[in-house]
Amino acid sequence: MSHFDEASAAVQAALEAGARYADCRVMVRRTESMSARDGDVEEVYSDESAGLGVRALVGSSWGFYAVPDLSDSAARAAGRRAAQIAAASATVPGPPVDLVSSAAVEASWANECEIDPLGVPLSTKGDLLVAATAAAKAAGADLAQGSVTVWDTRKWFVSSEGHRIDQHTRECGAGVWASAFGDGEIQRRSWPSYGGQYGTRGWELVDSLDLIGNAPRMAEEARALLTAPLCPTGETTLVLGGEQLALQIHESVGHAIELDRILGWEAAFAGTSWLDLRKLGSLRYGSELMNITIDPSLPGALGSFGFDDEGTPATKRDAVRDGVWVGVLAGRDSAAVAGLDYAGSVRSDGWARLPMVRMTNVGLEPGPHTLDEIIAATDDGVFMDVNRSWSIDDRRLNFQFGCEIGYEIKNGKRGRMLRNPTYTGIGPKFWQSMDMLSSETVAWGTPNCGKGQPGQVGHTGHPAAPARFTDVRVGVRG
Amino acid sequence: MSLESIRSSVELDLAARVVDLVRQAAGPSAEAEVMVRHDAQALTRFAVSMIHQNVADAVTTVGLRLHLDGRTASGATTIVDADGLRGLVERTVAAARLSPPDGTWPGLTPPSPLHHSAGYHGSGEHSRLDFGFDEATARATPAERADRVRDFVRAAEGLETAGYCRTVYTSAAFANSAGQSAEGRTAEAAMDGIARADGADGVARLASGRLADLDGTALGARAAAKARAARNPVELTPGRYEVVLEPEAVADLLDNFSVFGFNGKAYAQKQSFAELGADQFDPSVTLIDEPLGSRDEHAAGLPFDDEGTPRESLVLVREGVTKAVAHDRTSAAEAGTVSTGHASGSSRTWGPYATHVRLEASPAPAAAPAGDPADPVAASARPLVARMERGLLITDLWYTRVLDQKTLVITGLTRNGVWLVENGEVTAAVGNMRFTQSYPQALGAGMVLGIGRESILLPDRWSGTRFAAPALHLASWNLTGNASG
Repeated sequence: MSHFDEASAAVQAALEAGARYADCRVMVRRTESMSARDGDVEEVYSDESAGLGVRALVGSSWGFYAVPDLSDSAARAAGRRAAQIAAASATVPGPPVDLVSSAAVEASWANECEIDPLGVPLSTKGDLLVAATAAAKAAGADLAQGSVTVWDTRKWFVSSEGHRIDQHTRECGAGVWASAFGDGEIQRRSWPSYGGQYGTRGWELVDSLDLIGNAPRMAEEARALLTAPLCPTGETTLVLGGEQLALQIHESVGHAIELDRILGWEAAFAGTSWLDLRKLGSLRYGSELMNITIDPSLPGALGSFGFDDEGTPATKRDAVRDGVWVGVLAGRDSAAVAGLDYAGSVRSDGWARLPMVRMTNVGLEPGPHTLDEIIAATDDGVFMDVNRSWSIDDRRLNFQFGCEIGYEIKNGKRGRMLRNPTYTGIGPKFWQSMDMLSSETVAWGTPNCGKGQPGQVGHTGHPAAPARFTDVRVGVRG
Repeated sequence: MSLESIRSSVELDLAARVVDLVRQAAGPSAEAEVMVRHDAQALTRFAVSMIHQNVADAVTTVGLRLHLDGRTASGATTIVDADGLRGLVERTVAAARLSPPDGTWPGLTPPSPLHHSAGYHGSGEHSRLDFGFDEATARATPAERADRVRDFVRAAEGLETAGYCRTVYTSAAFANSAGQSAEGRTAEAAMDGIARADGADGVARLASGRLADLDGTALGARAAAKARAARNPVELTPGRYEVVLEPEAVADLLDNFSVFGFNGKAYAQKQSFAELGADQFDPSVTLIDEPLGSRDEHAAGLPFDDEGTPRESLVLVREGVTKAVAHDRTSAAEAGTVSTGHASGSSRTWGPYATHVRLEASPAPAAAPAGDPADPVAASARPLVARMERGLLITDLWYTRVLDQKTLVITGLTRNGVWLVENGEVTAAVGNMRFTQSYPQALGAGMVLGIGRESILLPDRWSGTRFAAPALHLASWNLTGNASG
């Protein structure tokens, strides 16, 4: 069933009410999630949400209105309301708004999906989580938890410039984690990552994770962490696993290159960026091993799509090349303000929310090494992996991360397990110290990226591999 | 928001229909609970001193949880026509039948009367529905929000500004197959903005049940005064400092205490620091969750939770002694107690937590010294600053994350204004710093040197929670780095 007619009606009504540009997204999304604890299913949840959101540009001011009603009359009323809200915006105006060009296309897109994740019976999902959490419990976890989540989203986009695009995106993922309780502290190990691994793929992604097979090791490592020595304090050589490096990229590169932040549009909440547009193309962000791409066309990664929520087709683009900052995540209006000629990174998390600049798949291109080679080349350092906590300042400059597990590295070999590993630093100094990078890339999915007011939760992907950094401050404690 | 958005009994009718549909689909033995919410939210957002995002939506969501033959499933939909409701019921019944057995089902809330408001002047005969509900706020227009934004921008007198003005109207109803039913409605307004001067930011933030209480001019002037006073910051050596936290920063403490400490599930699973009956805080600390409002404040939340349990005030800490944690029916059953009315759509997974916490202000206030309009110190903080020999005045905290949940060690950064205080006077602006600090330890016995004389209502920046916080004078805060490196 198509919803182009309702979207067109909303756009037409906005134009008739005075908008010089309007677009509308009709979205129908089904979500299914299940969680388990200690061998029992804890919660089974399914959600269906349908509605439309209209964006209207009156003069140089925007308005947005959303309703859950897909009738023609509701669509037209929403279009008019969006134009009225835009008119109110014009009482506190800004400079003229232009939109960089986006070819008006009529297109259809769907991601690759071998096994429809909504078609997998709940009993199968339950059996998986029950077995995985029971295995962790049996292996010594004081608390064993697991979850699976599935999203199935259909979207119809129409703009006053002639776009008519429908997309069908199927996403899913899962994870299991084990906690061990000690005297006044808790240690946790997660597989395959903090909160699980997610992608724009079918159930074959979950099948590939082997939750049951890895759960006992998570429990054993969580218990071993309780008696492991604390991560030492000081400056040392730091080797990060790929999962942790994915979040490092997300927080200290992905958000920093969002053009709306750079322009000050998120200053009061999410914050700004330390990056200065005048240095685009010349600023040294990291070492020459640092090559970061923006690639929403990457098959299977969580930030993939066919077209963004302004109708711009997915296109791979450089953000950092040989360590130099060369690209941003942009939308049609922010790109015009910045004098750039590309957009393509605007999305909303649902029909009821305004599309805004969001990460897609922002990740590192592979390096020339392997993790084994990196460790073998390190005389004295610390290896850390799997995120436990993250915090970064409002300019995306000063970060502090905690990981679930660490290991000493001595004379080229991995040594004792270390508990409560943390590290802190300043983005460009940290990235410029990267002197070894593995080729063992995984596109990690982050399904919980918060941004915007009202809050939106974005899905992003981050190809990353283990890497080595020098002179990093580790072991920060309260 | 339009006149037609003010609703009456629509949600209760919807909830009752869904309960009937469950009986038809699954028989009389099915236990069903239905929560229907109509949320109309409007937010006028400004940056670079212009309105750049101006949004509104009106959404009705029907949530269903049912327990059938020992198995439990939940579902929700925004499609509220006959087909949509039937689809929700059929999908959820099918999910329950396919689900593994649920040994933790706590049963349904029995018929229970709602509690009256704690005393807002608008409560009374109609208080079960309204609790001081302000219809003008529910009906607020884009123009009214834009007016406040314009006032904020003008009051900053040329400084770059950014922030939002928000109004939210919620009308909700609950019904279950055990006979409990309830309805209520709330309205909330909030404004949160910064002014920027030479790379330094100042903030002003306020929540209220009435849009009329939000004065864009006053808030803009305050943000601008803080921004100007925060220019030319010096860098201090990291270490432990005596601090005065302004209400905005204190709200972050309350948020983290609520989500990770006084969370009934975390408590039951031994992941919380909370020990009932134990002296865990300084005797000056009293924390109360007040979803129904108090004194002259409108109710901030609905008078019942997602399981239909009536809400009322809950004392979490009284004079330093931990008294309670927040429970839904599941965590309460696990802990051997009763629900405190803190069920939410996600509480079975993430645990129930308090969403309207107040730190009691000082009962014996000293008069605040008169300050000039450009004083960067919040009125609530002035008496505390005046008593500080050497320390830091911190406006706001940012991006706080838990390093260890059991001890609630948290790292984060300062934001929107930090100053060095010497001999009771602000002597220099200070650059933002990173901290790594156990929150319970910071408020432990002997560590609280003073509490401000008035609690300020503050909106959460992410969700619909609200906090009431005075300024707080602490003996020690562990600053572990400079934000600039």
